[in-house]
Amino acid sequence: MRTWVGKNPITVIAILVLVAILSLLIFTVWPDWLVDLIGRKKTFVNTLLNGLTLAGLYFLVASGFTLVFGLMRNVNLAHGSMFLLGGYIGYEVAERTGNWFMGAGAAFIALAIIGALLQVLVFRRMQGDDLRQTLVTIGISIVAADLMLAAWTGTTYQFDPPEWLFGATKLPIISAIRSNGTAVMISYPTYRLTVLFVAVVVGIALWLFLNRTRAGMMIRAGVNDREMLSATGVNVNLVFALVFAVGAGLAGFAGVIGGTALSIAPGEDVRYLLASLVVVIVGGMGSVTGAALGALIIGLAEQFGLAYFPTYGVVLTFVIMIGVLAFRPQGLLGERQ
Amino acid sequence: MTSLQNIDVRWWILFVLLIAFPFVATDFFVLQVGAYSMILGIISLSLMWLAGYGGMISLAQITFAGIAGYTLPILGFNTQDVMGLGWPWWLTIPLALLFSTLAAAFVGAIAVRTEGIYTLMITLAVAVTVFFFTRQNYTLFNGFLGYAGIEPPTFFGIYLRDPTAFYYLVLTCAILLFAAVSYCSSSTYGLGLQAVRDNPRRMRALGFDVTMHRIFAFAISGFIAGIGGILLVWFNGRISPSVIGVDIVIDILVIAVIGGLRAPIGPFIGAVLFVLLDNFAIDLIDRERFNTVIGIAFLLIVFFSPDGILGLWEKYKPKPRKSKSESVEPVSNPEPAE
Repeated sequence: MRTWVGKNPITVIAILVLVAILSLLIFTVWPDWLVDLIGRKKTFVNTLLNGLTLAGLYFLVASGFTLVFGLMRNVNLAHGSMFLLGGYIGYEVAERTGNWFMGAGAAFIALAIIGALLQVLVFRRMQGDDLRQTLVTIGISIVAADLMLAAWTGTTYQFDPPEWLFGATKLPIISAIRSNGTAVMISYPTYRLTVLFVAVVVGIALWLFLNRTRAGMMIRAGVNDREMLSATGVNVNLVFALVFAVGAGLAGFAGVIGGTALSIAPGEDVRYLLASLVVVIVGGMGSVTGAALGALIIGLAEQFGLAYFPTYGVVLTFVIMIGVLAFRPQGLLGERQ
Repeated sequence: MTSLQNIDVRWWILFVLLIAFPFVATDFFVLQVGAYSMILGIISLSLMWLAGYGGMISLAQITFAGIAGYTLPILGFNTQDVMGLGWPWWLTIPLALLFSTLAAAFVGAIAVRTEGIYTLMITLAVAVTVFFFTRQNYTLFNGFLGYAGIEPPTFFGIYLRDPTAFYYLVLTCAILLFAAVSYCSSSTYGLGLQAVRDNPRRMRALGFDVTMHRIFAFAISGFIAGIGGILLVWFNGRISPSVIGVDIVIDILVIAVIGGLRAPIGPFIGAVLFVLLDNFAIDLIDRERFNTVIGIAFLLIVFFSPDGILGLWEKYKPKPRKSKSESVEPVSNPEPAE
């Protein structure tokens, strides 16, 4: 870390300046000219928080996707279907047991099992044939989408979050000062803040798992050199199945989180698949940190686009992707193959 | 392949059968099966060209078709009171093809910066983005509704929406494009493209511009898809975001893969099968579960015959004849990864 700071003084300064400007924008009361320029502060802070929440959700979905790709070079285009299936399974379980956490846990476990089975029964048969694997995942997503439509129909589902998550939290951020001198604080839905919190926790857990455990060490070694890892006597197939299980499980878990913060319905699978694709293209394939960075950029871009130039919000995401590809084809934090 | 005498007699039989088709079939078969499957075949042909000869799987082909399709009502006529600049057909059609070609070249220029599976991901991202954009944008694309009332031009008093006339129009386009792709694949450029597919590194060392070969392949595919897109809006008389949606993206891929990515006839075989299934699956299974059936068929093909129906034919066809097209035989196993 120290050497990195020493080597990239300009980047570090740019980041610091950005952080300073952002905290100024967040914690000070906006003068009138600024309000005239870019609208009310409340809109800005809410958009920022929405963007962060969405980024959290995107990270949960994309981290599994990028992990699987990094190790197995398998572009799992059925990842969106796993998200949606996780949401549905979680919903059913949560409805039956009346416990949100049971739903989230069930979604993770069910999808982890499905993911491991897919890896063992299907993808192992075509190891090294990227294109065929990808085509198979497309086929699976077609069938899965259709069967899910048959089972859960076209209705939109939304979870009831646990009771203590209802309501809004007052944040220590002043949005404006009334004429009588009292400050108006900004409040934000609690469960959305929780989504952000969960994403950070999962991110840290994933980082610890990859960097501090033996299994994580094997996975990182496999990302770098698959053949060498198997030559050292590690059962690569087991590692693959494990990674696929974790990746799919995270997608299923994200389905529950996404169904709570937003909603789940047919078609959401494609939305989140696209989000994962763009996030990992921007962040760099195979890098979990890259997925976090990509999710942050895309989540914020989407929300700010929606708030400040509604019809062109989608294009903003696209422009970012093009820009990254033009200057760093391997993604912001990706390594050149 | 340079003179007509070299064409296998079987092609001539097929040609005559296709010409005779409208005389024996009902309007439904001529239009909904014949013309429609050839339109889908043309769009899938653009994918086959890219994937089979260029080794690049693009999921944005229907998007290029859609760009050409949207150009007609935006610059020409529609009944939607949005845009519709009223330009004549001899201006809108070339512009539509120009736009789809340029769009494809642009996407190609981005996609070929990376290799292999990335191309597929980037084109998918492009396709989905364009879909969402057309759905959200009302000023240019009229959002969710899209455009209706799009009429083909009238030549020599022939009304082109008449089933038989339209069938022959589509047939002409399909045959010309089929011949063009066949010819192009054995041209100097086409052979260069196939060499780039098989071993880009060696071609680069030999002094070929690998990137330009690929971008040009994308441009050609955009042109082919553009023709398919124009025919598609004339066929439907309307265009909306659902025409370029993700399910259609997948349909095009399914058609090309089921038919086979190794020869230009593959996409047309795939398209005929797809359309027949689409129309008659209702008699065999619940109409609602069509996607399950087509998805499983797709999975089976990918599992057991990666070269599609054509691959099955190659495997089980009567033995003794030796294939004469060995020089342009696409290689099933591209260079090892990395």
